[in-house]
Amino acid sequence: MTLTEADWLAIDLTLRLASISTLILLLICTPIAWWLARTRSWLKGPISALVALPLVLPPTVLGFYLLLSLGPNGFIGQLTQQLGLGTLPFTFWGLVVASVFYSMPFVVQPIRGAMEAISERHLEAAATLRAGPWDRFFSIVLPLAKSGFITAAIMGFAHTVGEFGVVLMIGGNIPGETRVVSVQIYDYVEGLEYASAHKLAGLMVLFSFVTLLALYGLQRKNGSVTRFHI
Amino acid sequence: MTVDSNIQVRFFLQRSAGSNESGFVLDVDLMLQGRGITAIFGHSGSGKSTFLRCVAGLEWPQEGRLRVLGEDWQTERLFLPAHRRPLGYVFQEANLFPHLTAQGNLDYAIRRADLRAGQPFTLEQVVQLLGIGHRLQQKPHELSGGERQRVAIARALLIQPRLLLMDEPMASLDEQRKAEILPYLERLRDELDLPIFYVSHSVAEVSRLAHYLVVLENGRVKAQGPLAQVLADIQTPLPFGEDLGVVLQAEVIARDAQWHLLQVRFAGGDLWVRDDGDAVGKSVRIQILARDISLALHEHSDSSISNRLQGEVVSIVEDRHPAMCLVQIKVGESILVARITRRSAEQLAVAPGQCLWAQIKSVALVR
Repeated sequence: MTLTEADWLAIDLTLRLASISTLILLLICTPIAWWLARTRSWLKGPISALVALPLVLPPTVLGFYLLLSLGPNGFIGQLTQQLGLGTLPFTFWGLVVASVFYSMPFVVQPIRGAMEAISERHLEAAATLRAGPWDRFFSIVLPLAKSGFITAAIMGFAHTVGEFGVVLMIGGNIPGETRVVSVQIYDYVEGLEYASAHKLAGLMVLFSFVTLLALYGLQRKNGSVTRFHI
Repeated sequence: MTVDSNIQVRFFLQRSAGSNESGFVLDVDLMLQGRGITAIFGHSGSGKSTFLRCVAGLEWPQEGRLRVLGEDWQTERLFLPAHRRPLGYVFQEANLFPHLTAQGNLDYAIRRADLRAGQPFTLEQVVQLLGIGHRLQQKPHELSGGERQRVAIARALLIQPRLLLMDEPMASLDEQRKAEILPYLERLRDELDLPIFYVSHSVAEVSRLAHYLVVLENGRVKAQGPLAQVLADIQTPLPFGEDLGVVLQAEVIARDAQWHLLQVRFAGGDLWVRDDGDAVGKSVRIQILARDISLALHEHSDSSISNRLQGEVVSIVEDRHPAMCLVQIKVGESILVARITRRSAEQLAVAPGQCLWAQIKSVALVR
């Protein structure tokens, strides 16, 4: 099975997008998940719903609003222009921003679940052992939520790889810049090049299957700590 | 320079009634000893655990004042968070960190220890004291309940605390595990120079371990003072139920090998107890329950009760149940408390100043 140069370009782009998005997601979602896991604020409900929104919204709706806000007249667009970054739509970094929003629930949920499973008593024990709030977070919360982080990273990565609608809405179809694997497959099918589409689509099936297999293997190993519900 | 050796505690904490819990008020104002074991006794809902959590800084009382051995932990303007208070805390469930081995749990404390006052507790000493040397490489779930609790105590000591707080450390253990861990607690008490607050709802544990006793009921202090004194005071009836009784300091003076008995002497007379192998000359604690003492006007040498002491009635009060009353009897230097029916008291015409015989059915060595 041979892949064209364009295919490799798409695969490389997809993996870069997924890796960078996953890293950013882990950084952003950790404090969000921690807050959601511990807060008693009335904002917990609204923020949870907001984070989960991409689960139910059509990607076109999400992409549409991202396009508007990242665009030259949008709120984020104004900001990026003032920072001298130009506007993000139809660029790789625009895709990164979109992926972060799009995959956020898949990263927040497992981390939050693992953090909620941490008993308050462990944190109190750490406090009586002279560990301050940051110390407690790094020495107790992070290690105890480790499997949640692994699940979150796998889910975030895999979900970003499978992104299509949002990419098309705000990234278009620029080779090497925004043409990810799913868009490349779409192009092949549009052009009735079914053989080429097969190769990439088959790869995607294989990748997704292996990813989920790894995930379930991990969940079995760690018991119920990494439970993930959609 | 005189070192303040007391622990001043004043807490007012109010929880309004919620949907699934009733309201609660903790209102205590105490001057406690900065040495020995102070037992905080109470039934569930008495506020004893809340009291301990307030001392630790894990609860935020609306008003509070806490001064420990000359150091302010809480005033009107100051509230030291838990991680800034030099204390060790042993939880009801051992509460070890599950991702670390026993050794890892101890290292967690060693790395964060408060070394301002030197390092009175070394790893070797603590490991040896609690007998956990052979289990250090295990994860918490591989340890027995008693071992977990001993590792938790070691961890609390290695933080080099100035005050050790223990919240019913044996409540989650079965009788066998309790018996296994009690000797370690006694060693802690006898070998370390460290004040301990020990929360418990067990009269047996308190009688065995404590020097001082604070009795809490519905969030308020019902009685407090040196253990023997509080237990012998019948003016404030304690919520001890069938376990009400006195604790006396005694010394083993003789052994009767034929009948497996020991003779112990306290400030009031000699008693025979079961021989559990304690050496002659050893200092022991004995407990005599109020329900195990009967009173007689004359000495009855024709009964099965061999422990008979003559004493003088000090006072008599009604017990919690209307059928019963409590009688304080002075035997030598010591006070005994007997629980008899009011009818018997009436028939014997028990009154202060009267001389009579206390027949003691059972004496427990609590060591």
